Amino acid sequence: MSHATLAFDKNALDVRSDFPSLTQSVNGQTLVYLDSAASAQQPNTVIEAVQQYHEHDHANVHRGVHSLSHRATEAYEGARDKLCGFLNAASRREIVLTSGTTESINLVAQSFCRPRISAGEQILITHMEHHSNIVPWQILCEQTGAELVVAPIDNRGQLDTDALRELLTEKVFLLAIGHVSNALGSVNPVREIISWAKDLDIPVLVDGAQAVPHMAVDVKDLDCDFYAFSGHKMLGPTGTGVLYGREALLEDMPPWQGGGDMILEVRFDGTVYNDLPYKFEAGTPNISGVVGLGSAVDYLQAIGLTRIAQHEQALLEYMTGQLAGIDGLRLIGTAREKASVQSFLVDDIHPHDLGTILDHQGVAIRTGHHCAMPVMDFFNVPGTARASLALYNDRDDIDRLVAAIRKAQEIFA
Amino acid sequence: MSKLAELNTDDLKDLYRELILDHARNPRNFGPLRSATHRARGANPLCGDTLELYLELDADEVVRAARFEGTGCAISLASASLLTETVAGLPRHLALQWFEQVTASLTGGRSEFDLGKLMALQGVREFPARVKCATLPWHTMRSAFQQQATTATTTTE
Repeated sequence: MSHATLAFDKNALDVRSDFPSLTQSVNGQTLVYLDSAASAQQPNTVIEAVQQYHEHDHANVHRGVHSLSHRATEAYEGARDKLCGFLNAASRREIVLTSGTTESINLVAQSFCRPRISAGEQILITHMEHHSNIVPWQILCEQTGAELVVAPIDNRGQLDTDALRELLTEKVFLLAIGHVSNALGSVNPVREIISWAKDLDIPVLVDGAQAVPHMAVDVKDLDCDFYAFSGHKMLGPTGTGVLYGREALLEDMPPWQGGGDMILEVRFDGTVYNDLPYKFEAGTPNISGVVGLGSAVDYLQAIGLTRIAQHEQALLEYMTGQLAGIDGLRLIGTAREKASVQSFLVDDIHPHDLGTILDHQGVAIRTGHHCAMPVMDFFNVPGTARASLALYNDRDDIDRLVAAIRKAQEIFA
Repeated sequence: MSKLAELNTDDLKDLYRELILDHARNPRNFGPLRSATHRARGANPLCGDTLELYLELDADEVVRAARFEGTGCAISLASASLLTETVAGLPRHLALQWFEQVTASLTGGRSEFDLGKLMALQGVREFPARVKCATLPWHTMRSAFQQQATTATTTTE
């Protein structure tokens, strides 16, 4: 055994059997799922937690005195506590449950920024953002006359941190930056960047959608003001997400949507809003989804984010090496610091054709622009093929990916 | 490593027939058309692909020339290439009938026309995610005839 193999084995996780969806065949082949950056598969425990809730505990939360409502509330608020611990937030009041990263970012744009930002002030983002960390700011700028400013990236898909630092001026109202790029896998040095922003009292929102399932996130250590992510990319159900917000900022923000649950008293001559975090959670929430998300937190923590990160780093290294060994394959996104994602192009095969041929061999990858069209424009490609990893992937998956790409090359030879 | 089951590539070969690959590699009538009287842009929001379709109609509403440009997968390029060959020389109403017949045949229906070379696109019927790639150029052509200012998308209602 080579040294590299030993190192890999030490880090390997054996969790595949926890994921029932991974045992199925697709087009006659055992499924190889390499699209976790779009949405991750769910372990048994999450699926069972949701089922248990539906079978025994379902009722509306924060409303009834009856037993089921009490159990539903306990389960829902228990998940909030788990998420608070998961992020190392100072208080559960800082954990706003949303439908996902997109809603979390829109909430900050409309509730935190819109009432305070002036025409001519700036929202600073980077060139590698997902559309959900671009479009909410464009809408805000249209509404307020603020300006959207974009920090550049280099040919490896890394943020130009020097340029970003120069763009951080007193004109910037808020910096909104991805922790990990969904299209390129680049990990941004957000801790250091946040410290630069803090020196100038500029608030920072971190889009953590691609970070949370792959690395330990500590909002106190990062010192960010807002941290947004989705449940379904971290083994939880779709339609769930979190906005972490610093309590002092959330306190001063007006509600995002009006309705039930976000109020204390409603009278026609005036309404008193509820306390944090309920002020931002109007209407009956996605209770079962949040219960599942709480279970996903338990699952990730039982394995340990550090172990998961080590396993995925070793696997990413193996995948990148194997892909680079294919003649005619071009890697897109080769940053020094990366997590779980590799984009690529093969010969002049269009990514969609590649995706179809791989799917035919049971290998699921994402193809297209990955909701990051500015990144595609930067690399002057219409789209890429993207293989993304999670804790349940292994070397066999990578070998199957490589074999499937070679088959595509045969067909297009 | 687990032993792979024997890979059945018949469907794939049916999708990527030689004629399709040939038109994708060497699309016919590719490039702008200065004399165009009608044009439209087609976009597939799923993948970001776009194509520009140009038609030159004469006074009798006969398609004198059809050209296209843009980026796309093998299926959409071949479909656009075959479209330009098919509709050149046809009166407008007949070209629109081809739109109906081709899109119907690609979305599970039957065509009353002898589709000829266009039969090569039939492989997409086994790949639901790819049907829109094949129909996009045809929807774009319909938009061009209607001179819609908006961008055609791959909605196949």
